[in-house]
Amino acid sequence: MTSLSAFFEKIAQSKKNQSILFLAYVIVTGAGLFLLPDSTIAFLLLLFSILILYYLNLNLRAKWVTGIVILAVVVPFIASFSDSYQTYMEVGTLVGIYCAMALGLNIVVGFAGLLDLGFIAFFAVGAYTYAIFASDQASKFMPFGHYPLSGGAFWIFIFIAAIVAAIFGILLGVPVLRVRGDYLAIVTLGFGEIIRILLNNMDHPINITNGSMGIASIAPPNFFGISIGSSNQFYYIAFAIFLLVIYVVRKLEYSKLGRAWKAVRDNEIAAQSMGIPLVKTKLAAFAIGASFSGMMGVVFAAKQMFVDATSFTYLESTMVLVMVILGGMGSVPGVILGAAVVIILRTQVLTNISNWLSAMSSNYGISIPPALSPEKMQLLIFGILLIVFALYRTQGLIPHKNRKVDVAALKKESEQAALKREKTASGGADS
Amino acid sequence: MLAHIIQNLPQVLIDGLTLGVVYAVVAIGYTMVYGILELINFAHGDVFMTGAFMGAIVLFLLMGMGFLAALPAILVFIIVIVIAAIATGLLGVGIERVAYRPLRKKNAPKLIALITSIGISFVLEDLVRFIAELKTGNYIVTAPPMFNHKFTLNLHSALPFFNNATFQSSFLLVLIVTIIMLIALDLFVNKTKWGMAMRAVAQDRDTASLMTINVNRVISVTFFIGSALGGATGVLFMIQYGTIDPYIGFVLGIKAFTAAVLGGIGNIRGAMFGGVMLGLLEMFAASNLSIITHGAMGAEYKDVFAFIILILVLIFKPEGLFGKAVVEKV
Repeated sequence: MTSLSAFFEKIAQSKKNQSILFLAYVIVTGAGLFLLPDSTIAFLLLLFSILILYYLNLNLRAKWVTGIVILAVVVPFIASFSDSYQTYMEVGTLVGIYCAMALGLNIVVGFAGLLDLGFIAFFAVGAYTYAIFASDQASKFMPFGHYPLSGGAFWIFIFIAAIVAAIFGILLGVPVLRVRGDYLAIVTLGFGEIIRILLNNMDHPINITNGSMGIASIAPPNFFGISIGSSNQFYYIAFAIFLLVIYVVRKLEYSKLGRAWKAVRDNEIAAQSMGIPLVKTKLAAFAIGASFSGMMGVVFAAKQMFVDATSFTYLESTMVLVMVILGGMGSVPGVILGAAVVIILRTQVLTNISNWLSAMSSNYGISIPPALSPEKMQLLIFGILLIVFALYRTQGLIPHKNRKVDVAALKKESEQAALKREKTASGGADS
Repeated sequence: MLAHIIQNLPQVLIDGLTLGVVYAVVAIGYTMVYGILELINFAHGDVFMTGAFMGAIVLFLLMGMGFLAALPAILVFIIVIVIAAIATGLLGVGIERVAYRPLRKKNAPKLIALITSIGISFVLEDLVRFIAELKTGNYIVTAPPMFNHKFTLNLHSALPFFNNATFQSSFLLVLIVTIIMLIALDLFVNKTKWGMAMRAVAQDRDTASLMTINVNRVISVTFFIGSALGGATGVLFMIQYGTIDPYIGFVLGIKAFTAAVLGGIGNIRGAMFGGVMLGLLEMFAASNLSIITHGAMGAEYKDVFAFIILILVLIFKPEGLFGKAVVEKV
């Protein structure tokens, strides 16, 4: 027993051993997916390597590079041998989309402490912004221009949608200046519902959103003449935006603005008295969080080629919230894990269990009523997850960690700075 | 245009009043809990929904045993509403035990309590859907018709600028029962010892506990009463509108919360007033929006209308119509 723990200790200390073991894991699971191409479990095990990578004791840059290589090269390459290649890539795309959205909500809820229950509205705004102009919908109310726009417009629309969503974020943010706490949650919920009802009904007097019929036949994006239509291509778009979002979030987290958000979250009055402009800080949180989901809305609309208001219900908003709570409020790696877990649970695990159960019932005559089908139990599962995590593990799966500060180094630095100041001051007096 | 609006006014008033008293009683559940715990009990709308289903179950059971034909309808109704109210009251106490009391002990931030209440609301919705679907194969349940005798209020002959209004006898039932509930609650809160304890806890929990008030028990009683009222209203809703599904609680809950905010949250009489007012406004909007906007907006915007009222009240008068403004203490 002791030798075993000593053995693990040894591995934990040696970077070389860790990397070898990790490589072995990737190779084994990769081979597993190669040999059992239809096994969801093999696919999930391969994805699990990213989580292991996060906990390895390696240099940060090396971890990033390995992670990107695994996700961008290894996973798509091995999955491409499988019959369910497009399904795997679709799951990957969805995980990318929802990770970016959850990171956006994490800024609002996790960093700034403003509970937003209507977050999906910004996603809807992004999706509709692209959908209207990339189909012939726009020609129904725009007096000029030729629609649908060409596929190249997709790339511009990612940024346009980010800006439009940010504007909506600020619009929502204006009531925030007066409302706080749980009232805010209700206001945002009302806002989300208003947006959904508007989208569902704006086919008269002017047909802007085509009402409950939704907007169909959205033009596929175009990358230097290559038409993008399949999930494995969207996977890379979602992945690229996801990386951009992570980069922005990591930069923001420890910036002046990021620290201001956390200060506002922890104590609004104290933050205000330290000179943090409350209005600007909160609005920035809403605008930036909204812009992430606006961008992903464009990707979603292009991928689905169809949007309607039913994709943007309150349930979807709370699902993004579940991702944030499950992963750990304020923790970037946690939120990414939370989003991945929820999406995989929703699209892969529950469907597979349902299929398995129905196979059981047809093979062995054990009848399971359709009401019990796990696919329909999403609400129950997410509800229980919310309760359990809120009650017993408020910190989430990967708790948020504040960046460690080396006190000694800081002290030294400030001493040196003080010394320098003294020197220049005394020098000035002497001469 | 104006003539048309006035013509429809009696019908709007009747429909609005029915909806309004339903909102009022559900709003009381929100306002009582908020007054004591400063917590939005998000699950309350779903407690209301559970009450409606509980009522349907009891009603079907009674029907299966043949009581529905044998007993007078009003007696059946009383049995159904009492059983549903007690069951949902206990459910409310259970929710408080499971979801809120542990958090109160830990002194967790209020945001966390809101999140657990969303979780509870999901669990309730899905459990009810599950049971309903298992029993009937469909989660939308149609209750056996009761109290559906139609009356016509012959206003047109007396006042020629009004149209005639029609209503079912269930409208009278809803109105009478809710008014009884509201008066009983008002007496309970203002005249009894438990009511006094409740008001004391709402004012200052710590001081109340020093005055030998068992705070946890008072909170349990509050949850029981609020949830029982909500569940009873669910039964009324089922009888008035006929069909119920597990998702009726969400929108109705939000609107009842709007009513509570409108009347000043924490204020029971305010919630009653807010509920009735919201119901009237909503019905007015539903029947007249398309006339006022010349067809640009129809009844489908009535929910938007309610949410905009909520947002406007929260922005400009967050203490509501009857509430006291709260100054944040450091």
